[in-house]
Amino acid sequence: MVTAPSRVPLPEAEADAIRGVLQAVKDPEIPVVSLVELGVIDGMYRTAEGTTLVELIPTFAGCPAIEFMRLHCEAELAQAGIAPVTVQVVKTRPWTSDRITPRGRQLLKEFGLSPPPVVAGELTVEALAHAECPKCGSTHTELLNPFGPTLCRALHHCHQCHETFEQFKPL
Amino acid sequence: MSTQTAPADALLDLLTRLADDDLLLGHRNSEWTGMGPLLEEDIAFASMAQDQIGHALAFYELAHALGAPAPDDYAFLREPNAYKACHFVVAPIGDYAFSLVRHYLYDTAKALRLQALTRSTYAPLAELAQKLAREHKYHQLHGRTWVQQLAQGSDESRLRLQSALSEAYPMALGLFEPTPFTEALAQAGVQPTERSLETQWRTETESFLSGIGLSVPTADATPYLGGRRGYPSEYLLPLVLEMTEVIRQDPQAVW
Repeated sequence: MVTAPSRVPLPEAEADAIRGVLQAVKDPEIPVVSLVELGVIDGMYRTAEGTTLVELIPTFAGCPAIEFMRLHCEAELAQAGIAPVTVQVVKTRPWTSDRITPRGRQLLKEFGLSPPPVVAGELTVEALAHAECPKCGSTHTELLNPFGPTLCRALHHCHQCHETFEQFKPL
Repeated sequence: MSTQTAPADALLDLLTRLADDDLLLGHRNSEWTGMGPLLEEDIAFASMAQDQIGHALAFYELAHALGAPAPDDYAFLREPNAYKACHFVVAPIGDYAFSLVRHYLYDTAKALRLQALTRSTYAPLAELAQKLAREHKYHQLHGRTWVQQLAQGSDESRLRLQSALSEAYPMALGLFEPTPFTEALAQAGVQPTERSLETQWRTETESFLSGIGLSVPTADATPYLGGRRGYPSEYLLPLVLEMTEVIRQDPQAVW
């Protein structure tokens, strides 16, 4: 533990600037929410060689959009003059849906997706089954299928307004 | 070389088994795409396949860091007897009852294994297992829900489920086939022995299945073995040939 670090965290002002640029990169499957709002942008560093390193942690390990998002982030950052830059996918650090920002949750809801309930620790069956209807706000709902049109969505039914709706899965 | 306490060949053996099982069963599950008995199940099996192939990739990436070929090459350009998948995951999808029972039995085993791996002394695997274990909750919920519904449904659904269980259970025991590295992995704290995982799995599956009125063929079950040790199932070669039909046309092609 005495060797010089090969990378150092970016100063907060620089990290903020990068988050600002990455507001332009949306989830390709939910095109109103940015990767920053989803909480998938993690550590930001400067390497010993002077490269800016941004970590991207996937929601689900099998997410088919991850390479597309990675390239999109690199392109946006390069265009903003942040170069050389590398966006690295890190799978060994769990993403949890608690990382979605309050603004991200609001945008999901406006998009018609029920935001995930706060998990805070171990993911329980109760947490998986609980969803608030994005149309009428009722919690008198039922999980129809833990698998929906994309890996990060589940299907629920609302007994109050009788609509079937999608939820961004708690994880 | 600070976190590794087990030799690299033992870790590679484990990572390859984990990856191969998920890749091949993921491919089998994907065969339900467009063919499911109802739309929701079609989507569920396709989604689980996508998760599994994603998990396989993550395990292949760890193997690559230890010297295995790049993930795509390792996954698709190997000799059939170099795969370490158990026979259970390679078996054809059969009817929906068989695929469902296999999904339940496999995912119960995988959940126990991932749980144990979160405490692994091999840090990269422990960290990855924490991520995958959370995703995996959805597979467990899905499998248990449908097995229970059909076990307590009509006479026909119960009979078909029972018949699938009698066929699948001995195959599933092959998930815990020991390898020459099992003891070394346990001694280094990488993962418990296969025998201890099997004991946990038997307890959990027997309790759940008998609780919903199914009879578990435990005593007379002869495990399907060989897959972990280079004696692949007869179904492996046709499956690998199908999976690699495109890449073998031009292994150097850039996508």
